[in-house]
Amino acid sequence: MRKFTYPHIGTLSLAIEGLLTGLGLDVVPPPPITKRTIDLGVLHAPEFACFPLKISLGNFIEALEAGANTIIMAGGTGPCRFGFYWVVQREILFDLGYDFEMIVLEPPQGQIKQVLDKAGALYGKCSLGQALSALHTFWRKIKALDFLHAQSLVVRAREAEQGATSKAYEAGLLFLKEARTPQEVQENLERALTLLAKVPRDPAKDVLKIGLVGEVYMLLEPYANLQVEKILGEMGVEVKRAVYLSDWIKEHVFLSSLYLPGGRSVKKAAAPYLRHFVGGHGRDSLGETVRFAREGFDGVIHILPFTCTPEIVAQSILPEVSRREGIPYLSIPLDEQSGEAGFVTRLEAFVDMLRERRSGSKKKQLLK
Amino acid sequence: MAATVGIPRALLYYQYYPAWEAFFRTLGAEIVLSADTSKSILDQGVRLAVEEACLPVKLFLGHVADLRDKGVDMLFIPRMVSVEAKKYYCPKFLGLPEIVRCCVPDLPEILSPEINIAKKPARTVAELRRLAARFDRRPRVIDRALAAAKEAHAAYKTLLQSGCTPLEALNGERADSRRGEIRVAVLGHVYNVNDRYFNCNLLAKLRELEVEIVTAEMLPAEAAACGGKWLQKESFWSFGHELLGAGCYLLQEKSVQGVILVAAFGCGPDSLICELIARYYRRFSAIPVLLLTLDEHSGEAGLVTRLEAFIDMLRRRVAV
Repeated sequence: MRKFTYPHIGTLSLAIEGLLTGLGLDVVPPPPITKRTIDLGVLHAPEFACFPLKISLGNFIEALEAGANTIIMAGGTGPCRFGFYWVVQREILFDLGYDFEMIVLEPPQGQIKQVLDKAGALYGKCSLGQALSALHTFWRKIKALDFLHAQSLVVRAREAEQGATSKAYEAGLLFLKEARTPQEVQENLERALTLLAKVPRDPAKDVLKIGLVGEVYMLLEPYANLQVEKILGEMGVEVKRAVYLSDWIKEHVFLSSLYLPGGRSVKKAAAPYLRHFVGGHGRDSLGETVRFAREGFDGVIHILPFTCTPEIVAQSILPEVSRREGIPYLSIPLDEQSGEAGFVTRLEAFVDMLRERRSGSKKKQLLK
Repeated sequence: MAATVGIPRALLYYQYYPAWEAFFRTLGAEIVLSADTSKSILDQGVRLAVEEACLPVKLFLGHVADLRDKGVDMLFIPRMVSVEAKKYYCPKFLGLPEIVRCCVPDLPEILSPEINIAKKPARTVAELRRLAARFDRRPRVIDRALAAAKEAHAAYKTLLQSGCTPLEALNGERADSRRGEIRVAVLGHVYNVNDRYFNCNLLAKLRELEVEIVTAEMLPAEAAACGGKWLQKESFWSFGHELLGAGCYLLQEKSVQGVILVAAFGCGPDSLICELIARYYRRFSAIPVLLLTLDEHSGEAGLVTRLEAFIDMLRRRVAV
């Protein structure tokens, strides 16, 4: 009997668990990411593999230990390493002696039959109607999770009592996790938003705006990015994350499999600096930085996993973008070696610099 | 006076220089190469690049700065995207012209045609023709330049298969055809295996130890396809495909006593490809594998010690 598991990617895991259960499948969710997860991944993964590979390998090992035997993983066509993760992870798990099956969702590339075969393997004991409703709920849930998350970033920067927003947000996530139909998703989202709205605010706060760009997994998984959003938010910074899964799925799954152009405006924004796709999210990081600059953000933080090739291309070009668009940036590579204290210090220094810069430009305006 | 085109002696120089040379010579351009990699080129490159970049890219920037200081009229830095279906070069090659432009100040014009044979074959040819027309407008000459490039590349490949290393072929040296009691495969990206400064003259050191060397270029053309048979999915990197193929081919043939994998610190694709090769050798054979990860801090003495220890070990295994 198949027992399914999957890797953690931020709050997406909540939606995936709901979807698989809704399809009538037996699910063993990967245990929450802890230091042990990272240690297991680092121990068995290649030393210079990127951080997301190590974390998801840790997820798989812990899930297999917990009784899962079928791993659902995504693929890709390169040249970002992500599309090759599963090949390497499969060999590592095999050498470790686990008995398991891996179902890989590769981008369709026009081959409808392959997609249907994969869908067949994931189609459990439920009717077609139930399956469609599970998919519908899944999609609504992702959108709701993204909406709630974006709201929490706005509220946290203005909270009067440190930690109140995170508490409300986490309670809200549980509401959404429990929702089983599109209607419940909507109702529970409203309940969650009410909780957020009740967080006491401090209107006197001078709120900075920082855009967060970089590699998708690192942005979406708080454990991997050392909770950068929470740290910044509690410093009175309104963070805007450039990537949301609902947008990403819309663009990369729906549009690209129908060969429709997506993400035009980001590409256009990046064009003066980088005209060509460089794999992964590299070009998007540049385009998003340009957009944040034009929307009047105070600064941009670029997060990448150590050795991430597409983001290193972006990192090489960011100084030019920053100079010409007039927006300060901070680029931080992260991996299992990153210490939280040093990370917080760098963020504080960056935020201090942005505050100085803002008050400096205000003074200039007054002098005029 | 003919325009001078600067070509950095780094990265894909080792793969395509004969073709590039034939192309520009037929068009009547004068080619200026950067100097051999040296300490000063390395230091320049390290200073110019972002810290996270891999050493080969840092070296490339150093070579570009060298050409700038030589006062060339233009630089040839093609955007190498793909040369076969469903396979790419590394992301850094895809963005190389922009990386160079942003990291190295005061550059002359950069010629960067997009080579994307998998997805845009017609556009690739059109871009090359447009580039050629800047040197000579006559279509006849342009045709000849393209044909000359193709021919030179084919001749280069034949030379490599006959047992020359790329460096020997490029420098016009004779192939070192000494047979040794021990045969070792040296597998790595062509610009890592053939840059003597980068790898502390690895090939010559092995030959001093009386080791016969096999590189991926010396294997028959069908070797590259070998990797795909072992995996459920082919590598989507051209270099990775070649490396995995060579590794698996030699593993099947069992014709080497040891394998040395040469990788650059922080190389994304290699972190996965070398891992797979090492795993397959461990799982299916008793052939030892040495992984050399090189960066700007690699010391020659340490490298020699490791090599000697590895070769001693191989000899003892043969003797037993």
